[in-house]
Amino acid sequence: MSKDTITFTIDGAEINAKPNQTVMQAADEAGIYIPRLCYHKDLMPGGHCRVCTVKVNGRPQSACTFPVNNGIVVENDTEELNALRRNIVEFLFVEGNHFCPSCETSGNCELQATAYRLGLLAPQLPYLNKERELDASNKEVYLDRNRCILCGRCVRASKQLDGKNVFGFENRGINKRLTVDSPDGLGETSLTAKDKAASICPTGCLVVKRQAYQTPVGKRDYDKTPIGSDIERKKATV
Amino acid sequence: MAENQASVIRQIVDQFGKDRSRLMNIVRAVHVKLGYLSEESIGQIAEALGIHRVEVRDMVSFYAFLSRKPTGKTVIRLCNAVVERMKGADQVGEAFKKALGISFGQTTPDGKVTLEHTSCIGLSDQAPNALVNGVPITNLSPKDVPMIVKAIRDGEDLLNLPQAEVDLNVRKTGDVIFAPMERGAALRKAISITPEGVINEINKARLRGRGGAGFPTAMKWDFCRKAQGEAHYLVCNADEGEPGTFKDRAILSECADLLFEGMTLAGYAIGAKEGILYLRAEYEYMLSKLERMLAKRRHLGLLGENICGLEGFTFDIRIQMGAGAYICGEESALIESAEGKRGAPRDRPPFPVQVGYMGQPTSVNNVETLCCAARILEKGGEWFSKIGTKDSTGTKLLSISGDCEHPGIYEVEYGITVAKMLAMAGAEDTQAVQVGGPSGRCLAPKDFGRGISFEDLPTGGSIIIFGKNRDLLECMRQFTEFFVEESCGWCAPCRVGTTLLLKKLEKVLEGHGTRRDLEELESIGKTVKTMSRCGLGQTAANPVLTTLSGFAGLYEARIKSEDYIPSFDLEKAMEAGLKAANRTLEGVHA
Repeated sequence: MSKDTITFTIDGAEINAKPNQTVMQAADEAGIYIPRLCYHKDLMPGGHCRVCTVKVNGRPQSACTFPVNNGIVVENDTEELNALRRNIVEFLFVEGNHFCPSCETSGNCELQATAYRLGLLAPQLPYLNKERELDASNKEVYLDRNRCILCGRCVRASKQLDGKNVFGFENRGINKRLTVDSPDGLGETSLTAKDKAASICPTGCLVVKRQAYQTPVGKRDYDKTPIGSDIERKKATV
Repeated sequence: MAENQASVIRQIVDQFGKDRSRLMNIVRAVHVKLGYLSEESIGQIAEALGIHRVEVRDMVSFYAFLSRKPTGKTVIRLCNAVVERMKGADQVGEAFKKALGISFGQTTPDGKVTLEHTSCIGLSDQAPNALVNGVPITNLSPKDVPMIVKAIRDGEDLLNLPQAEVDLNVRKTGDVIFAPMERGAALRKAISITPEGVINEINKARLRGRGGAGFPTAMKWDFCRKAQGEAHYLVCNADEGEPGTFKDRAILSECADLLFEGMTLAGYAIGAKEGILYLRAEYEYMLSKLERMLAKRRHLGLLGENICGLEGFTFDIRIQMGAGAYICGEESALIESAEGKRGAPRDRPPFPVQVGYMGQPTSVNNVETLCCAARILEKGGEWFSKIGTKDSTGTKLLSISGDCEHPGIYEVEYGITVAKMLAMAGAEDTQAVQVGGPSGRCLAPKDFGRGISFEDLPTGGSIIIFGKNRDLLECMRQFTEFFVEESCGWCAPCRVGTTLLLKKLEKVLEGHGTRRDLEELESIGKTVKTMSRCGLGQTAANPVLTTLSGFAGLYEARIKSEDYIPSFDLEKAMEAGLKAANRTLEGVHA
């Protein structure tokens, strides 16, 4: 084995990783699915959703930011962690206004799919019922903050991939919201449907216009197999 | 006007070298000049800096002391933290509302006075209290209010108000912090040995960080010193925002010399040329005195180039003002804020000692820790290590407030028991003690034999005493409300979980709770504690979790036995509709 290989375990299974990888990257390559929402492989990690929290040598750490190290013991698929992750997903459902049956993204939605995978069928906590602003002023993309989970993917994609800074955050705490780089709305920004930021949203908050229902329900990403299946399929070949 | 405003803003931006990392100073200066930060100003700042408007809005919207709406020439910020409310802040608030004819969050119709609430301003030993344009007024009672409002209306100098007084309130001095000091002695001792020698002396003292977490200071400095970087930075965390803590207030006003001495020798130890004192906006009233002390030390050759005559030892300190955010007391959030961004904490690793201020190795130390460091160099590590307990050496400043005869600051040896502390402060019939503020724990009498130390009850110094007649769970509700207000919102568990905790707790306190609600409180609390990104979230559920375990009886007394009852009163919720339809609830069910 090369000295440039880092070896550690996830739930007892031995994993080989490259130096400078995060636990998430190493797990993905090894075909082990760690639930996540704000992480995207093409972006710097944001550490917003905390759904990817694993235990590293007994301490909770976000897998998307934690660097691999020789001999670390990672716990991932445990009852305790999955229950805590399910709670966070439930938090996000009651924070926003998510009406899956009437959402164009249903079936392609990572929030919905993660909820199903973690066994959350209906939130039990009280809804916050916040009024959220919808912005349809852009010709090509609409922004429905009802479905925003503040994962920051669009913020990072616009900055890191599109070189534009179309999105940002505003306010703090429970009043934090997505904001755009203009005084009046998305229509006045330079966002186009071709931007990576326009199609990187894990939910139906940012949607490219005039593409609704091109993929019929039943043939969508998570209609047949649960989220994470693509990663786990790698395991057979690893 | 718009052109004029744009040129004012360009001037301010130029004054800070068009440096994006000085955005905090820029927006604060614009705020002072124009009264608030309009969307137009935000755009003009962005343009002058050559950055995106969304970045400026992101930063500005984060801080409580930066307003995006026009405010009055006078802004009254009444503190409504728990201790203040125990001492009658609500009544004082009512008096202000009556005298001004407005509610909180509003400005008088003539546009002159704005009334706001604020969290702890570091004066819980002199509650109720408020900041009026940054000037602290203390020990308020409702009958003072008409006179204060008249003085404001008449444009009188606020400093002439009899209430504009901050008592020192140091009730007990010790050998480390509140002891006489010979200016420059510790520093001369430090430069007579190597930087490694200084770190070694701190190590001998077994000094641990006074912010509460207790990381060994020598280890932090050693990591920082050895980390590769273009520059190294020393940052002093003077953002004490934990409700009920006010010890740094006394250090900054009485022992600034000792603090700056500690900062300078820390800079020597880690190899920094620049030190930053991050001062919370609530303490701006001490800024000019601190600046004068820095000027004096520069004049005496204790700051600047070739300090104490040592060729090549260059170090200076600048004071970075904050703008009202509790989270900035968290070291990585503080660094973000000092870099001119929203105070969102960072994920670790990397730690600030590796990648800190401006991406360079940075040691962030508490005010009190740096004072201890100066004293250690003066008197020796061994001397220091003999004070306190084996794992908690030295003294600790406690800020004691709440239901006691003698609220104030006490310098005590580590290891002091809670019972002894209560006797010292003149507290009787104590129901509970909040050790470490809202983020600490609520202690029941059975634990009063325990000691203040890193190994038993660690604390940054906030001690709040609850007498037997206090509604303890109502106090916990207010603590939880504080976390809702101060959560930065970056991560989901803390952002949403704190609000859910508050709602659930309110349901129980309003008499709609069941056993299941208590279980859910615990489950939400554990999620917030385990899954949150930083120390704020990881401790935000402590008021609920520590009382659920230590004061279970109080919760039991509030719940109904039914397995489920809704969080609202159906009849009350439908009242208006039923009345309009001229029906009764029975009629609806039928």
